[in-house]
Amino acid sequence: MELPESIKKEVEAVCREMKLTESQKKKVYERVKEVYRKSMFEPGEAIGVVAAQSISEPATQMTMRTYHAAGAAQIQVTLGLPRLMEIFDARRTPSTPTMTIYLKKEYNNPEGAKKIVSLIRETRIEDLTSEVQVDVLNGKIEIILDPEKLSEAGLTSKDLAKILKEGKLSVRASEKKLSVSVETDELSELQRVKTKVLSTVVRGIKGVKQAVVSKKDGEWVINTLGSNLSKVMEIEGVDPTRTVSNDIHEVAKVLGIEAARSLIVQEASKTLEEQGLDVDIRHLLLVADTMTVDGVVKPIGRYGVAGAKGSVLARANFEETIKHLTQAAVSGEVDRLESIVENVMINQVVPIGTGMFELIFKPPRGKK
Amino acid sequence: MALNVLEHVLVPKHEILSEEEKKRLLETLNISEKQLPKILLNDPVVKALGAKEGDVIKITRKSPTAGKSFYYRLVVKS
Repeated sequence: MELPESIKKEVEAVCREMKLTESQKKKVYERVKEVYRKSMFEPGEAIGVVAAQSISEPATQMTMRTYHAAGAAQIQVTLGLPRLMEIFDARRTPSTPTMTIYLKKEYNNPEGAKKIVSLIRETRIEDLTSEVQVDVLNGKIEIILDPEKLSEAGLTSKDLAKILKEGKLSVRASEKKLSVSVETDELSELQRVKTKVLSTVVRGIKGVKQAVVSKKDGEWVINTLGSNLSKVMEIEGVDPTRTVSNDIHEVAKVLGIEAARSLIVQEASKTLEEQGLDVDIRHLLLVADTMTVDGVVKPIGRYGVAGAKGSVLARANFEETIKHLTQAAVSGEVDRLESIVENVMINQVVPIGTGMFELIFKPPRGKK
Repeated sequence: MALNVLEHVLVPKHEILSEEEKKRLLETLNISEKQLPKILLNDPVVKALGAKEGDVIKITRKSPTAGKSFYYRLVVKS
């Protein structure tokens, strides 16, 4: 049996401090190995149940406290129990997707960060306008631009007209004005075009609604609301190796299943820690591993881990009892009674701990 | 893309096991390869490594409790 690296390091450090001889060191190792072996889980221990309880018990505490922590962060992020549920349910889109963007050395200053913010924050035409007039008689929409905001974004009215023309609109641009003509005399159509024009993204990355620069450990970091990892990583000046999102599915797609696993552990322990709860990380590691064994991120719950159980009775016991029982009856499913719940249901020994093992007795032959 | 996924902070070290190493692993664990955790063939890391279906990938994770821990995944078609 091999000791884990962190324990080895500790033993080495202690040996050095106490100035032990080689033979003494050997004895220490033997003793440590023995203690380590005893402290390991025994085969048949129900670690899943222990993990479930160890996470749920503090989570019930969290329900009562959650909303008090609001208002502390720069960007409003989902915290506490709602976030924890989001992680374990592996929701397609988290309610507040955020990215943490790190910058390369050359851009690691307020100016560089500001420049990158302007590149990633989504800018729509409506953010640059001061007034919009709809001319119903001539079928025209006149957009009066704010020159200050325009120069701040580094755009001219011609740039905007060019982008709009790609969307097959006839646009005339003067210095401070855009006029879009629409060949219709219906008011509703005119209104539709107006909203379309105003919500056109002219700059930045789609989905990134907010971007805030802050200093963290002597480094300039951009926090965003809205996530689009693959696009952000392509931007010059962004350090792609450290930039992360909190969207587990997105990370799984861009960086692979192992990255998603690390993210689940990171996000879950961060959420618990923020609430002042102390859950041993090993429970979270087990949950994250279970969620990612198949190579895709599976939620805990009826559509994921619990729904994939082999036993009909175990699934029926969890949720949607009738659905599972009728389906099993129709397809003639067999329950081999190999797991825990189904054995509890029929009052048999549960395959946990000593119940996991069976005795085989071979009577000695020949002798009487 | 500008990024090599293998260099990202969230991605631990991945290596492809040779046939021999794979055989030895399955023997020591006393399991068949189907019992290993899976990784999809279209996973970005698998693509970057150029692994084939049926390969076993050894993952060296930095563990907060053990310092370093090993994990193995079998490459499967999605």
